[in-house]
Amino acid sequence: MKFKRPHALTDAQFHYCPGCSHGIVHRLVAETMDELGVEGKTIGLAPVGCAVFAYNYFNCDMVQAAHGRAQAVATGIKRALPDNVVFTYQGDGDLAAIGTAETVHAATRGENITVIFINNAIYGMTGGQMAPTTIPGQVTQTTPYGRSTKDAGHPIRVCEMLATLDGVALAQRVSVDTVKNVNAAKKAIKKAFQYQMEGRGYTIIEVLSTCPTNWGLSIPDSLEWLRKQMVPYYPLGVFKDKGEKKEEGQ
Amino acid sequence: MSEKVLMKGNEALAEAAIAAGCKHFFGYPITPQNELTAHMSKRLPKIGGTYLQAESEVAAINMVLGASAAGVRAMTSSSSPGISLKSEGLSYLAGSDLPAVIVNVQRAGPGLGGIQPSQADYWQATRAAGHGDFKLLVFAPSTVQEMVDLTGDAFALGDKYRMPAIMLSDGILGQMMEPVVMPKDSIARIPERPWAACGHGDKREHNVINSLYIEPPVLEAVIKARFEKYRLIEEKEQRCEEYLTDDADIVIVAYGASARISRSAVNAARKEGIKAGLIRPITLWPFPTKAIISRIGNAKTFLCVEMSMGQMVDDVRLIVNGKRDVRFFGRTGGMVPTPAEVLGELKKIKGGI
Ligand SMILES: Cc1ncc(C[n+]2csc(CCOP(=O)(O)OP(=O)(O)O)c2C)c(N)n1
Ligand code: SF4
Repeated sequence: MKFKRPHALTDAQFHYCPGCSHGIVHRLVAETMDELGVEGKTIGLAPVGCAVFAYNYFNCDMVQAAHGRAQAVATGIKRALPDNVVFTYQGDGDLAAIGTAETVHAATRGENITVIFINNAIYGMTGGQMAPTTIPGQVTQTTPYGRSTKDAGHPIRVCEMLATLDGVALAQRVSVDTVKNVNAAKKAIKKAFQYQMEGRGYTIIEVLSTCPTNWGLSIPDSLEWLRKQMVPYYPLGVFKDKGEKKEEGQ
Repeated sequence: MSEKVLMKGNEALAEAAIAAGCKHFFGYPITPQNELTAHMSKRLPKIGGTYLQAESEVAAINMVLGASAAGVRAMTSSSSPGISLKSEGLSYLAGSDLPAVIVNVQRAGPGLGGIQPSQADYWQATRAAGHGDFKLLVFAPSTVQEMVDLTGDAFALGDKYRMPAIMLSDGILGQMMEPVVMPKDSIARIPERPWAACGHGDKREHNVINSLYIEPPVLEAVIKARFEKYRLIEEKEQRCEEYLTDDADIVIVAYGASARISRSAVNAARKEGIKAGLIRPITLWPFPTKAIISRIGNAKTFLCVEMSMGQMVDDVRLIVNGKRDVRFFGRTGGMVPTPAEVLGELKKIKGGI
């Protein structure tokens, strides 16, 4: 990891809790913009969730979208500015509950945008309620006895689901729990941006993330919980990759 | 000026939007506005624009928000049940100070209601378009030519004041064919949008389009500034047409399709010696308060005619403030009042004067 502040991050102090993954992922996205030299042509979409203030943190132009609507707003921006780079940054409640329709349809249209998806298995901002990605048995504010699949249904594996759609160019799940994984996550994010710049279609990078505050765990314990509980349910890997060569138009 | 062409209201409105420089349209099918989306889907790809059928009205209005944030003129259209879904987006557009044009070709509600024409979304458009303190510009065309002219105004004023504008039409006007003169494309002078999120190009600070102000004193100040703008609009942008109101004892207040019907009733009443007149609001917000006030002198009674159970009548009563009698006549559920029915009301009032 480099420790110089990327240019694509403003000087504003992050408000994230200690041990939260949001800060790391922000940095990776910003480094990607720096390395590709696209900060000036990028428009980012802030979600409703803990990352709502992303518009204060990223130095590129930013739009704050309603809860779940970031990909619809991104669609409008990209259709108006097809030569610009557009990314959304969304939590699991935002992307996979209230914004499921916007997500699935942006993906299936092959909307040429990049989605950075923070899967922390919980609603962080509202104080730790069940998310669509809360894993079976996980205790949250609204699953006090542990998530029962009988009552609350099963979690959504977003990358696997979206990988079935023809519009998706890249769907990859990464983690930021170790230096090695952080480096891999960075590579994935950069690849997604590059695919977008080459006009290949919809790209999504799902980042398994920690929320020590609402998981009620120490920072080391939350990293352990992510590895032991989340990774088995949400395996890391590439679920769809249209490959290095640009597809012929059909 | 161009020649007259015969066009359906919905198509004329679509063509007027294109003439106003709107090349980005996001919609979702619903009767009775389908001619509008069909026309856009035919025309926009030919001129390098975007027609996109969204997955829902919620998505469509958010796409409009994105396009507007990016700095282009954008529009969506729907009918009543779909406008309810656009509520969230309307509130965010207003809270983010973004211009956009939203067309409501009203049909009957509540719920799935019916597909016949209605004016029962007046409250929604002027009072309750979404959560929070905000206003929308609301235009009420009553001819196909006005569908054209007011669409241009909706874009222009929306840009001028950085706020969304509603074209409040209805199933009658949308489906009606009338000769119109289309504006020339060249009239589309789209103002600069230095605030747009279109990439700073390393030439300026980053732009942020946002409706969140977490500090109450800051949010209050933002809203107060917006209301100062609204006050200015109420001062400068009220519009209406008056017909035979100078000597009228009874002044009908009616907009859109109801105004067409009321005008016929006024003509019939005049033949029978009843001094009736008509105030036809063209902007529903800002409501033509000044015109109503100016008629409190000669009018003994105001009669509001609407295709609803009585919504605009609230505004008239607020303005008249008990100084004159304010009556209401309306049909609802997709039923359209006839000139004879309105004449009947005028006669009843005349009998009592
Ligand atoms: C329409 C609407 N419904 C609900 C909320 C309340 N709300 C704010 S953030 C949030 C969930 C955020 O969770 P997630 O998307 O997982 O992001 P995180 O905070 O965990 O990063 C909810 C439900 C809202 N702002 N708007
Ligand atoms: S509540 Fe959770 S997701 Fe939100 S900032 Fe804190 S640790 Fe991060």
